[in-house]
Amino acid sequence: MATARNPALLVRPLITPEGVDLRVRLADAGTRAAAFLLDVVIMVIATVVISLVALFGLAGLRAERIQPLFIVWIILIFLLRNAYFIVFEAGRRAATPGKRMLGVRVAARSGAGLTIDQVIARNLMREIEVFLPLSILAARGGTDVADTLSTIFGLVWALLFSLFPLFNRDRLRVGDLLAGTWVVEAPKVALLEDLSQRQDPFSSKFKFSVAQLDAYGIAELQKLEDVLRRDDYFALKAVAETIAHKIGAKVEPVDSKPFLTAYYGELRAHLERKLLLGNRKADKHAR
Amino acid sequence: MTLPAGTNGIRQSLASFRKEREADWKAFEALLARVEKRAPRALSEDELLSLPLLYRSALSSLSVARATSLDSALIAYLEALCLRGYFYLYGARRSLRARIGDFFLRDWPAAIRDLWREVWVAVGLTVVGALAGYWLVASDKRWYDAIIEPGLAGGRNPDSSAEMLRSVLYDGGTTHFLSGFAAYLFTHNTQVAILAFALGFAFAVPSVLLILMNGCMLGAIFQIYMAKGLGFELGGWLSIHGTTEMFAIAIAGAAGMRIGTRIAFPGELTRMAAAAQAGRVAATAMIGVTVMLLFAGLLEGIGRQTISSDAARYAIGGAMLSFWICYFYLLRMVRHGNG
Repeated sequence: MATARNPALLVRPLITPEGVDLRVRLADAGTRAAAFLLDVVIMVIATVVISLVALFGLAGLRAERIQPLFIVWIILIFLLRNAYFIVFEAGRRAATPGKRMLGVRVAARSGAGLTIDQVIARNLMREIEVFLPLSILAARGGTDVADTLSTIFGLVWALLFSLFPLFNRDRLRVGDLLAGTWVVEAPKVALLEDLSQRQDPFSSKFKFSVAQLDAYGIAELQKLEDVLRRDDYFALKAVAETIAHKIGAKVEPVDSKPFLTAYYGELRAHLERKLLLGNRKADKHAR
Repeated sequence: MTLPAGTNGIRQSLASFRKEREADWKAFEALLARVEKRAPRALSEDELLSLPLLYRSALSSLSVARATSLDSALIAYLEALCLRGYFYLYGARRSLRARIGDFFLRDWPAAIRDLWREVWVAVGLTVVGALAGYWLVASDKRWYDAIIEPGLAGGRNPDSSAEMLRSVLYDGGTTHFLSGFAAYLFTHNTQVAILAFALGFAFAVPSVLLILMNGCMLGAIFQIYMAKGLGFELGGWLSIHGTTEMFAIAIAGAAGMRIGTRIAFPGELTRMAAAAQAGRVAATAMIGVTVMLLFAGLLEGIGRQTISSDAARYAIGGAMLSFWICYFYLLRMVRHGNG
């Protein structure tokens, strides 16, 4: 899918009342599906546990005492099916356990606070997105072949709803569309060390001229940051060779990391200085 | 060639920017982690007051970092932190009790009043369906099996004897365990209502069909009882819970129709905005429908099995209906009085 290749397509402006654009990133379809599957797994496990408890309870009790347990079981299963998503999404984190594990949450498209009626609207629509196709499949199992054509027709129609997020730019489910919500990435990010402050005794022997620092721009700087943070020996070696070749420096393979650390620090300071003077050098092609 | 002067200076000033602000970010992060887990009451007054200040400080750090720093890890951290803070601080939340109170006093009746046109249409469709069902079964009794699934009919069909039909009306009490049956009826009916609502998305057509079909079943069953002179008794048997249940299903259908028609005819709004607006009204109505169906399930599962006098059944059914109508359509006047 196009969005998988170009993540910038999923960024939307979110301007706070203070006037800062927070640039929210929408969760992609794969993340959404994975979060939903996690929730389904949790729900299935809960159902099995509740049913087992009910079964053993029934076995231990005499007939007239079965009734309360039966009621509890019916109500619990009903709540699990209908209230699980609503209760969790109406909570403080606005996310089900599955969503929380994947670092996404529900938010109102307007940027205002998420209200309970929005949460309810988006989750009641799950009925036609998930349970309708499932019940059509289940009914198919119960009936004769005479029905095949209408079953297929019904299933295709129901799948149109299930696959709705793939057909629009904002990855909206039918429920999102009706509730005025979307699902955004809200990960917990740890503050990482500043690479340009990294002290490496071997780095200080590398010196770069302005021409050498002008070879790259911000896009390349950020790629280099990724490589340094990943700290993979072969990646470091390959990148060091490429850069050394481009700027005409000599680097031994063992020196790859100190060389890149030094170059990263110098390049960043160089580009930040340009930035301060009003020149955001986007990539190596920019002046 | 030598390096331009100031590169080191820039490095140092950005490092000191981070060093100076980092304590604030960490404090904000720790506070957020606490309020996301527990109620804001867990914070002391000072901490509560510092929350918006720390949020603004983080936002300003983000602006500075975006303008001057090229450390993408730092910017990603600040963006995520500010977003969390934004969602927490601007996701204005009221206490659960206030929200529940608001729902019953204002939101629910207001949503039903807002849907008045669709509710009329849904009630009208039920009546049309009932007349059609009655007429169809009267003209040819084979229609009965087509309209009502044999499994649901409980052995009642046009060929049943009057005694058999009467017995279904008056002795439920011995066979079912009552409240279990009520719970089952409630969950089943709610699922049907949610479907009637959700299907409205397809331009309201399936909701209309579902409501018509519901009316048809009502008409068909009435016909077989009327033919045996048991119409009045059936009316009592149905109305004790039916006034609440049919009303609730009509509202669910109305909510579905609202969504479907607003998507088809969005008016001055964009289609998306119209759908979102309709969805929120309809969702509020649907929570109300769940509550009504809970009442209906209790009346059907317990009340109907234990109360076998026609007059009492009619009285309860009529009282419930007038209660709902007063609550939905007259509560507004009370509120005007209160300002």
